[in-house]
Parts: sequence; C-alpha cells; structure tokens
Amino acid sequence: MPIGPYQRPLAFVDGEPLEYEPPIPARANRPPAAAVKLSGIQKQFGDNRVLRGVDLEVPAGQFLAIVGKSGCGKSTLLRLLVGLDSQTSGEISFKNGAGAEIVPNARIVFQEPRLLPWFTVSENVEVGLGDGVPKNLARRQAEAVLAEVQLREKAGEWPARLSGGQRQRVALARALVSRPGLLALDEPLGALDALTRISMQQLLTRVWRELGFTAVLVTHDVTEAVHLADRVIVLDEGRIKLDLAIPQAHPRRHGDPDLAALEGKLLSAILGES
Amino acid sequence: MTIAEAFAGSREARKPEGRRIRLPSLSKDAFLPYLVPVLIVAAWQAASSAGWISDRIMPAPVAVVRAFWDVALSGQLAYDVAVSGARALTGLLIGGSIGFLLGIANGVSRLSEQLTDTTLQMLRTIPHLAMIPLVILWFGIGEEAKLFLTSLGVLFPIYLNTYHGVRNVDRDLIEMGRIYGMSGWSLFRKVIFPGALPSIFVGLRYALGIMWLTLIVSESIAASSGIGHMANTAREFMMTDVVVLALVIYAALGKLADVIARTLERWTLSWNVAYQRQGA
Repeated sequence: MPIGPYQRPLAFVDGEPLEYEPPIPARANRPPAAAVKLSGIQKQFGDNRVLRGVDLEVPAGQFLAIVGKSGCGKSTLLRLLVGLDSQTSGEISFKNGAGAEIVPNARIVFQEPRLLPWFTVSENVEVGLGDGVPKNLARRQAEAVLAEVQLREKAGEWPARLSGGQRQRVALARALVSRPGLLALDEPLGALDALTRISMQQLLTRVWRELGFTAVLVTHDVTEAVHLADRVIVLDEGRIKLDLAIPQAHPRRHGDPDLAALEGKLLSAILGES
Repeated sequence: MTIAEAFAGSREARKPEGRRIRLPSLSKDAFLPYLVPVLIVAAWQAASSAGWISDRIMPAPVAVVRAFWDVALSGQLAYDVAVSGARALTGLLIGGSIGFLLGIANGVSRLSEQLTDTTLQMLRTIPHLAMIPLVILWFGIGEEAKLFLTSLGVLFPIYLNTYHGVRNVDRDLIEMGRIYGMSGWSLFRKVIFPGALPSIFVGLRYALGIMWLTLIVSESIAASSGIGHMANTAREFMMTDVVVLALVIYAALGKLADVIARTLERWTLSWNVAYQRQGA
C-alpha cells in the first residue's frame, strides 16, 4: 500500500516504538498510537451533569471498552475524546508512544454508517483522507483499505446496494484509511444482526492488531466488550464505577468460561448488584 | 413419454415463443401513454371530415399539419421557435440562478435567511402575471418585459425547493463531513449540494411549466416575434389552423423541456434507488 508524504503528518512518524508487540508483522510505516489522559472531566448540558469527574489513562495501542446503562455518559465521553464536543471542565491530553504531546489523528465510527449515498463506496472511503490528496493516490489507498475490510470488489458500487454490515465495513474503512492513532467506536455494531456482529468483531480485532491504533469502544453489549477489549470500564452516573483488565489473549473464543466470569462481574457492576 | 419428458418438451417448445412475446409487451409499455392522444386526434379528424366541427372554430388535424408544413417551409416557424426558446432559456437562467443562489444562501446562513426569507415569501404570494401592467409601464413592450416576467415566475419555485432541499440535508452527514475536515466549499460540494439536488430538480421541473406559461401570456400581449406573436397574427387573419399549431408547438416544447429535465435528473441522481431502473 502506497504511503508517503500525502498522509496526514500526525498519523505518521517513522520508526516510532510501539508499546506492545503485535503478533502480526508490523507495516513499514505504522502510525503511532495515541495515549490518552483524561483528568477531572466534567460535562454539563444545562442542569444535567452528564460527566461528574472522570479520570482515565489509556496507554497507546490499548483497546478500551466503555460500558454502562443508557444515559450514563459513555457516548458523551467518546464525543469529547474526538473533539466533537468540549468538556465543561477538566483536561484531555494526548501523547505518542515516545511521550511527546501530540494532536492525535482521531476518527470515529457511529452506530449508523453515515455514508454519502451519492458517492461510490471507494469515493466514500476517500473522504477519510481529506482534501488535497491526488485523485489516483487516494483511489489506490481507498482500494487497499477496502481490501482489508474484504470489500475490494464493491469499490464501484453505490452504498444503497450494500447490506447493513457491508456499509458499516465501508464506514470502518473510511475511518482507517488515514491510519488514525485513535479510533473511537460509538456502538458501531449496534444495528447489525447477531451473525454479522460476530464477523465484524473478528474484523475489528484483526485490524486493531494489524494497525496498532488506540481503540475506545462504547457499547451496551457486555459480551462484545469482553470479547474485544483489553480493558473494560463501567460508567455509572457520570463516574467510573469499575475498571477491569481483560488479560485473555486474542483471538478469543465465544463461550470461554473465563470471559464469561468477567462478563458476570461487569454485569453485576452495571446493574448495581455488588 | 414420461411426465418429465413431457415437461421438458413443452418447455423447449415454449422457449422461442416466450422470447417473441417479450418484445411486443415491451413496446406496448412505450406505446400505451400515446394511445389516448392518438385516439383523440383520430376522433377529431373524423368529426372535422364529417363536417360536425366548423373550420372557423377548430381546424382539422390535417389542416394543422398543412399549416405546420407551410410555416416550416417559409422559415418563419424556425425563427419564431428560436426566438421563443431563447427568451425562455434566458429567463430561466436569470430567474433560476437568482432563486438558486438565494435558496442556497438562506439554507446555509441563518443571517441571510432572517434578512430575506420573509420578503421572498411575501413576494411569492403575488401572482407574477398580475404585474403585467406595471411591467409594461416600466419596460414598455420590449424584450426586457418578457425576460423580467419569466425570470420572476421561475425564481420562486427554484428558490423554495433549493432552500427546502438544503435545509433537509441529513444533519448526521454534515457532522460526518465536518469530522473528516470538510468545511466551506468542500462541504457544500460533497454533502450539501448533492443532498439538496433531488429537491432542486423538483423546483426546476415546476419552474419549467411556469416558464412556458409566462412566456405564452407575455408573447400574446405584446411581441413582434415568437410563437405567441405567430398565434396572435394568425388570429387577426382568422387562420385557426396556425393558432392551433402554436398551441401544439407549446405543448411539444413543454414536453421536450420536461424530458430533458428528467433525463438530467435520472443521470445525476443515479445513486438514488428511487431513480435506479429495476433489475439494472
């Protein structure tokens, strides 16, 4: 895949050490994953205090899942992370693997794919590169990423002709094409059927291990969180209630008893039984 | 012969016939919309030939065709159609551009909307043909008067539909565009304009109807060329066949404009499932 001077500069610093050893051989030009630090984050909408002091550190390259009841502030937290909203008080800072302050190349995937219906699949992915990338280079990069999400042959189709899962894969490809250092996922699999979800989970795990970005997933599905993430936090009434590491190696098996035990622990924390 | 063989045999026998049947059924679809007009013209011709309709009141279709032939040969028809067509297009271009730009501006900018929308909505309720006396006082009976009226007529449908289209572009898509670094022109070109396009086309097709209507009226009142003038001159000489011919030409031009707009629509909106042909 051609990668060069046209990439967003923040996404690429050559030879940056990564914090974990990926099992899949590293690509020549890998973007540095962004480490995130939140301190004392509060967010208010009018009188409604959605976030009431969140302190959280996410090391570069970690896959973090945020779970909680609806209205617990998890989506708000995610929107703050990618700069779609600004916090009422508190601070968010980003560092690269070497500890230097950076403005991260952050991308977000929503529950609905939000593809432009008047652009072909490949043109939609090119949107992810921003303006100023030569057309033929953008096309090649888009097709390379589409190949990664197994939609290479759909490059010329209209989004209206794809299934829900395929559309969400295009949205993922659009987020990945600029090689983000931080990928925010706002219930990206929420609207998909059970089988499509499983294959999307496998895809997410694969691209995350391959590309090494920091991932923050918001979900209400505890099974999904436990299956994908290194670490799960439970958000309750605007505060972190539980912070749980998921040490199991990838790829994880559905129905693993250790994972099921962790899942039970999370569920009782969410439902307030402990 | 077993049952299976019988079925296989009948299927084989039916195959070529099945293909032959498809073609007429396809052309039937193309032919059916024209069946009623053709029947009306035939009945009209029959009534004229039988002497039930006076030539003074309604000429026979054959007479209209003859009139067409005469006017076409003299070169007058081509000239008048060209003059009327140029007026229509210029009016559409001027009024359409103003309506389009105002629609975009008011759809995108809150300030612009607050400044001009109320005024436009008030002006819109005045029937533009009611302004003919005033327009004649302003411009006399020259080209300006016709262009002014046509422009004014097409301005509002294009304005309203463009504004509506821009306002109804999916907010989520605009947010997505902003996340991916689009702003200003790039956001307009990639998200807002394509999103508003289906609605803009509705406005355009509506404006085309108003365009011809305005032109016909203003050409009949005062003109020294154009189809309206041709019809008016013919009226003075009691040439009903030419008067009817003028009507037929207006109908044909109106249909042509609509076909062009529709083709454009289908071509630019090919991404929209509503415009994709079934099975394509």
